[in-house]
Amino acid sequence: MIELTGITRIFHMGEQSIYALDHIDLEIQNGEYVAIMGPSGSGKSTLLNVIGLLDKPDDGSYRLDGKTVTDLSEAEQAQIRREKIGFVFQSFHLVPRLTAAENIELPLILSGLAAAERKQRVNDTLRAFDLSDRAAHRPSELSGGQRQRVAIARATIMQPTAILADEPTGNLDHQIGVEVIALLENLHQTGTTLIVVTHDRELGDRAHRQLMLRDGKIMTDKKT
Amino acid sequence: MTLADTFFLSFKTVVSYRLRSVLIILAMTLGVAAVVVLTALGDGARKYVVNQFSSIGTNLLVVMPGRAETTGAFPGAVLGQTPRDLTLKDAQLLGRLPQVRRYAPLNVGEAELSASNRLREVTVLGSNEELIPIRHMKLAQGGFLKHGADYSAQIVLGSKLASEFFPLTSAIGQRIRLNERRFLVSGVLAPQGKTMGHNTDEIVIIPVEQAQSLFNTTSLFRILVEAKSHDAIEPAKEAILETLKQSHDGEEDITVITQDAILATFDRILHALTLAVAGIAAISLIVAGILVMNVMLVAVNQRTSEIGLLKAIGAPAADIRFLFFAEAMWLSTAGAAFGFLVGQLGSLMLRLAYPDLPAWAPAWASIAGITVALLTGILASILPANKAARLDAVQALSKK
Ligand SMILES: Nc1ncnc2c1ncn2[C@@H]1O[C@H](COP(=O)(O)OP(=O)(O)O)[C@@H](O)[C@H]1O
Ligand SMILES: [Mg+2]
Repeated sequence: MIELTGITRIFHMGEQSIYALDHIDLEIQNGEYVAIMGPSGSGKSTLLNVIGLLDKPDDGSYRLDGKTVTDLSEAEQAQIRREKIGFVFQSFHLVPRLTAAENIELPLILSGLAAAERKQRVNDTLRAFDLSDRAAHRPSELSGGQRQRVAIARATIMQPTAILADEPTGNLDHQIGVEVIALLENLHQTGTTLIVVTHDRELGDRAHRQLMLRDGKIMTDKKT
Repeated sequence: MTLADTFFLSFKTVVSYRLRSVLIILAMTLGVAAVVVLTALGDGARKYVVNQFSSIGTNLLVVMPGRAETTGAFPGAVLGQTPRDLTLKDAQLLGRLPQVRRYAPLNVGEAELSASNRLREVTVLGSNEELIPIRHMKLAQGGFLKHGADYSAQIVLGSKLASEFFPLTSAIGQRIRLNERRFLVSGVLAPQGKTMGHNTDEIVIIPVEQAQSLFNTTSLFRILVEAKSHDAIEPAKEAILETLKQSHDGEEDITVITQDAILATFDRILHALTLAVAGIAAISLIVAGILVMNVMLVAVNQRTSEIGLLKAIGAPAADIRFLFFAEAMWLSTAGAAFGFLVGQLGSLMLRLAYPDLPAWAPAWASIAGITVALLTGILASILPANKAARLDAVQALSKK
């Protein structure tokens, strides 16, 4: 369970202070499917990054599964990211030098798993994401949809409790985007918490809960 | 992340940035190879000189007139005295010393050698029969003053002179003139080539008395003394100084240098020279290290978004630091290894080109070259690796 209380993130631009997140209070249960929406610059990405422990809030407290994580050490936070969180980005963020299989394998390498077990799990995942025939391809040899599938496979291979997707369809055609969302929804079906930042109202409406952000504040929090 | 995976992953990176990696490895290679080849050259030169110097004799002492100590000139010079000459009588006194195995008086001069219708200027050594063993020379034919016939007009020709003057017949027993004095060729030196600047193939040796009369002198140029053993060198030196002091009315007006001391001096100087060139070559390694640093900094910049991604999927700062560290390790290790090989190859080529030169890189130089390469590589990667580890994840991810 994700519990945010009074989470504030301030950016300083010269003299000016920008409240990217302005005293956010938010609770997300395990297994929820949440869409975060709002105009550009409203703080959606910042909120996702704070939830994913990529960004540190300037104020407030964050409890993850009942444990305060705001003031853990860098290495401990990295471990939580490794084990509990899977990130999916708009621009995929695949390592261009590595093949699809190697990109998917990265989190397993980081967690220090033995090579034999890694291979097994990568193969299983490739099959589950219908990427087996693309295993040896580099990102540059893959289509946008395939790249995002590789990225999602990488985000899930550690079986995280939450998938955080920041405009995962932003660089994709509508049709491909719907397929990618469907893929993420499949993961949610298996019990994973799914938080998606999106501009697309239609995609946002597929979620079971919509958060509307503006100027770093939650304007509406609608459950359907 | 395990250590093996870190090295494996960074190895992949090194391989995929092929051109960049090749260039850095090349710079490192040249640096290490320079250390190896230059020290091989320096140490080869040292060994060459030491060998040459050893080959002119064993346990050799050279007695020469005049005081040539570092403290200054012959003290008598202030009073308008000149140092007393060395004489044959002095030489004979030295021959009686218990520490001395043998001695050879020496006069050196130039004279005109002529026979039939040939004529040329040659270097003349005047000495006794011991000169040949003391100086490690060998006779190809005949002998020299075999029967103690010191005053006889015998002459030994260098091998080149013998074949020049008597191309068709054996030189032994032939008559030849030195400045119009008649000599009988009693021996021919074996070809030896140059040792210590003298080409022994183009000298002649005559009895010292003949030489003194030829050059119209009663003094000696040098006395060569061979001590009985290595341990006898220093006692021999003391004894020679003492004997000649007495013979010269209490004046210490001669100088004795030992082959050993000169050898040690050459050894020291050339060793210092080798160290100096090794140091200069090592500077190129430091330059290569700076290159590694620069390239790694560029790499951190290029791979910023990748570093952000690694952080997002849970790499702690320590892992990222070590990835870059390992990358620099690969580059400098490869550079050191190739440099060592290229250096050995270069030394081999030196030895093939100059067979006289024992151009082997000393082990200390190879080890130092490799160590400096690895150390600069590691030091150079600290700054870039720390920079990468400290990147802000969110900002790194947003970089294109
Ligand atoms: N590194 C930063 N430096 C300065 N301002 C930033 C930085 N990151 C985000 N902001 C500001 O914080 C606000 C929220 O940004 P963001 O969370 O990226 O919005 P969204 O994802 O909703 O478009 C914006 O006004 C943005 O300009
Ligand atoms: Mg955003």
